[in-house]
Amino acid sequence: MADQIYNAIFIGSIYALFALGFTLVFSVLDILNLAHPALFTLGAFTALFAMQQGMPAAAAVIVAFVVCGIAGVLLDRIAFAPLRRRNAPPLSAMISSIGVSLIVIRLIQLKYGPDLQAYPAGTLPAAVFPIGGLLVDTLRSVIIGLAVVLMLALTYLVRRTQLGRELRALAENPRAARILGIDVERAIAATFFLSAGLGGVAGVLYGFATNSPFSQMGLAFELKAFAVMIVGGMGSIPGAVLGAYLLSFGEIASLAFLPSELRDAFAFGLLFVVLLVRPTGILGQRAVDRV
Amino acid sequence: MDDLQQFLAAYQTTIGFVGLNAMLALSVWLTLYTGQLTLGNAAFAGIAAYSSALLTMKAGFPFPLALASGALLAALVSVPLGATVFRLRGVYLAIATLAFGEVVRVAILAIPLTGRGQGLVGIPPKTEVWHIFASLAVVAIACERLRRSNLGRAAAAIREDEIAAASHGIPVRRFKLAAFVLGALIAGWAGGLAAHFDFAIQPDEFGFARAVQILVFAVVGGIPNVLGPILGALLFTALPAVLQPLQEYRDIFQGAILVLVIVFLPRGLATLLELRRTIRLRRVGAQDVA
Repeated sequence: MADQIYNAIFIGSIYALFALGFTLVFSVLDILNLAHPALFTLGAFTALFAMQQGMPAAAAVIVAFVVCGIAGVLLDRIAFAPLRRRNAPPLSAMISSIGVSLIVIRLIQLKYGPDLQAYPAGTLPAAVFPIGGLLVDTLRSVIIGLAVVLMLALTYLVRRTQLGRELRALAENPRAARILGIDVERAIAATFFLSAGLGGVAGVLYGFATNSPFSQMGLAFELKAFAVMIVGGMGSIPGAVLGAYLLSFGEIASLAFLPSELRDAFAFGLLFVVLLVRPTGILGQRAVDRV
Repeated sequence: MDDLQQFLAAYQTTIGFVGLNAMLALSVWLTLYTGQLTLGNAAFAGIAAYSSALLTMKAGFPFPLALASGALLAALVSVPLGATVFRLRGVYLAIATLAFGEVVRVAILAIPLTGRGQGLVGIPPKTEVWHIFASLAVVAIACERLRRSNLGRAAAAIREDEIAAASHGIPVRRFKLAAFVLGALIAGWAGGLAAHFDFAIQPDEFGFARAVQILVFAVVGGIPNVLGPILGALLFTALPAVLQPLQEYRDIFQGAILVLVIVFLPRGLATLLELRRTIRLRRVGAQDVA
């Protein structure tokens, strides 16, 4: 039982990190960035590459954050900025992000192939220690801690800093934000850097925990992230965190009464019900204060 | 003549799939034309593929009856689904239909009769290539006639401005639902044909990736007329076969084409010859996709 709760906290933290980046872009720009799962995968493989060059795991996480952040900014310049300039509908942005995602995944496959990979032996902490009746492994505990720190840092950034104020203004009304002297393109670049960086770190951490990164690892998270965002409220940061843990605990609980092959049905059933009953989600406030 | 026959024999599967994909692209085109983004058509194709295949294999239904039953079942499922999800718009609608698709996929995985993850194998190969293209011709002509009718103009009005359309007395919800159900029927017919064309079907063939692929056919080809989705399906189905030697780089080409078309030809490949009109429409702020 305690074991399963621990597991739910772990997978919920990964869901949350993944969904935060997704929801950040949605709240500021109203687009679904379907290349986010590719950035997640890119994070795991950047860390793999860095560690194969002899870098320690902690440094590899930072490298992955920066590399994915830069990739996110490039993604915006290539796939979204031209569409934004002519006020294209959100559908166009979705399609062009699919294009970029195909390219990124294939580039990863060209280097590492489609199969499961493993991080170099001995680079990840393997210690397991008992707390009460529960066997806790160091790696997962560090991952949960890091995920929580990142969530708090992002919340602080959005709530309390100048950049956060700019992002919230942009989410509210891009035109007014521009009139008020906000450098809109810079704020958007920052959004993509943070979003992609968080997605990349989520990928590294999940890759570490399973020690089997593969080129399609982002796909399952993409679908789960939709559920997380809808349940918590599209574009809401606390909503994404809440939705992530609700989903992970719900999934674990659903195993008690659903056969395991129906586990995924829980997420989509929940998503569907929330959409029909309360489309704004638990914490969504429709167009008002969405960051 | 011999050359032509050789070509047809060698590429029979690819040619068949061009037609099937074109039909699926037209099925999603119907809802896109009314300005609604739905991602449920792969699931409708899946429902019909499995049910029609099971009908011919286990219940001994004649092929045409099995096809029709599968397509009707898909359309039947789409009615209550459409009636509930069309309260939503934009990404919410897309995600709701996507969730439905995933539930269908998981349900197929959970029902023993469908062969679960291994898929359903040994389906009698009754679909001929001409069946596919005759169906495609019927669907394409029907869609084009609809588009040019009063109904089509009403659908375009809904796409450009829903509130203005409603205030002109167009029953918006009913139009969206009708486009959705008709799309499900077409997708179902294509799904049944696909099941009997390929000997085996698997749940993943009707999942999220497939739904997105169908959407890509339609949008890259272009929404303004029915040639667009057909062209899109042709390009993205034939390209992988043509690029066989460059297999490894195939996704890179496809991805690049996607981005380039969306950025430079927002109304799709089918409007390559109407660039000036595209630019003018952009200037007056018409919706990009049509």
